[in-house]
Formats: sequence, C-alpha cells, structure tokens
Amino acid sequence: MESGIQKSNKEYFEMLVKQNMKQAYFTALGFVGSHDAALDLSQEAFIRAYKNFSKFDKKRKFFTWYYKILKNLCLNFIRDKTHKRENHFLEFDNETLRSDNLSEKIENSELISIMEQAIEGLDGDEREIIILREFEGHSYKEISEILNIPIGTVMSKLFYARKKLGEKLRSKV
Amino acid sequence: MINEKFVVLMEKYLSNEISNEEKKEFEEMLSSDSNLKAEFEEQKKIKEVLNKMKLKNPSREVWDSYWMGIYNRIERGIAWVVISIGALIFFGYASYEIVNAFIKDTQAPPLAKIGIAMLVFGGLILLFSIIREKIFTSKRDKYKEIQR
Repeated sequence: MESGIQKSNKEYFEMLVKQNMKQAYFTALGFVGSHDAALDLSQEAFIRAYKNFSKFDKKRKFFTWYYKILKNLCLNFIRDKTHKRENHFLEFDNETLRSDNLSEKIENSELISIMEQAIEGLDGDEREIIILREFEGHSYKEISEILNIPIGTVMSKLFYARKKLGEKLRSKV
Repeated sequence: MINEKFVVLMEKYLSNEISNEEKKEFEEMLSSDSNLKAEFEEQKKIKEVLNKMKLKNPSREVWDSYWMGIYNRIERGIAWVVISIGALIFFGYASYEIVNAFIKDTQAPPLAKIGIAMLVFGGLILLFSIIREKIFTSKRDKYKEIQR
C-alpha cells in the first residue's frame, strides 16, 4: 500500500520531477549561487507545485508553470539578507579545463570569481535571462513562453543584461 | 540608443540562427556605424566568455536522491498535518472534559466557573478568527508567494 501520496498521482509527479529536476536545480543555482540553497529551493518549489497540482493546466509545459513558483522562492531568498552567500556556482567547461598551464589555470579561476560577482551584481530580471539563455541553453521561444513575453523583448532584455554584465566585469577587472 | 532591428539581427547572428539575407543586412549595419560595431564586438566577447563556463554540476548522488528528498518532505508534511489534527482533537476533547467536570463541580467557586467559561469562549473566538483569516488570505491574496 502506498503511504502518504496516492500512487497514480505520485508516479506522474515523480516522472515530472525527474524530467525537470536538473533544469530546476541549475535555474535555482543561477539565482542564489549556492548548492545547498539551490537544492532546497528547487525541491521546495516541487513540493509547492505538488500541493497546487490541481491548478496546473496539463496542456501547458510543466516547467513553464513550475518556473514561476521557483522564481518567487529564489527572489524571496535573495531578498532575505540574513542568508549567507556562497558565491561558487560557476566552473569552466571540460575543454577549457584541459589546460596544463598553471598561470592559465589561475587566470581562469580568477575569471570565474569575477564573473560570479558580476552575475550576482545583476538585477533579478537580468540574471534570470542570462541563466535561461547562456547557462540553461533555452531557445528564445522557450524563454518567451517561460517569461510570458514576446521573443523581441527576450532578445532586447538579453542584450541589455549582457551589456550590464560587461560593465560589471569592466569595473571588477 | 540601439535600435530593435539591430538587437534582433545581432542575437540571431550570435546564435547562428540568421538567414543569408539577414546576415547581409546585419553586416551592412556594422560597416556603416562604428558604435554598432563596438556594441557587437563587446556582446560577442561576453558571449564567448560565458560559453566557456557552465553552472557547477553537483555529485551524482544529488540526482539519485533528488526525488526521494521531495517524496520524504511531502510525506512528512502530510504526517505533521495528521499529527496536528489528532493533537487538536485530543486536546480539544481533554479540555472539554476538564472544563465540563469543573463547571459541574458543586464545590468550585462560581467566579472561577465564570472565568473558565470566558477563557474557553475567548479561545474559541480567537481560533475562529485565525482560521477565517487564513482561509480568506489563501483565497484572495494574489501575492501570497511573495514575502513581504
């Protein structure tokens, strides 16, 4: 006998969680910059989604609906100044890591740290669009659906977010 | 001020989603305006740096235990709700029996009986008020997800 959660609902929801957990975790990580907080917030958002599952229109993409819950939780977390920020949420991809040159490695780790600080310095909206496009690799159309804005606005927001990121990077170098 | 057409074409260019015609138009824009060219070079550079980076991947165990973490939290949440309801029923019944026995006790002073009756009545009003507020807030508050 299944305890707590009904079986059919549980199996369907489990499938949705497993399909979306990586995307959920990485989105939260981009917002809050800490592994523990990203894990906790992305799981909490799934729990809230489960509690409100009757409101979910099954014709729509689950992540688009779930994203709103996750975003609210992440923004509340960021607003709460009592949380200790970790600031280690980026790494180089495998190609870049292959370098054997020590000074290059040091330069790379400095660049990571500068980029993390620059991203943390962006507003929630700017950070959001950078995460979705540059780190999560969503298409413009997907971002437009998730944020419920036209594709042209997605492109323009991305342009200004990158521009601000450039300014932040310049001020830190 | 950067025009929208430039931004759209640049995004398409940077993501290799540009058609030959659009590419030609974009390159003409760049060659005719040095500011646009500088903007493009900067955006390209930032994008190149970002492309070399990714969000840190957690250990495999995180993914293996991810669903169970959620399942356990939901199950424990349900358990706490059941425990709370059970405790409420039990303590409610016990309080009723205690108050009933006290009021029926002929030896107890009348003033104490009035006091305990008012205590119970006040408690019930308070409980009703809290429940009503919770129901009202959950139904009407559009911004309940936002922490104030």
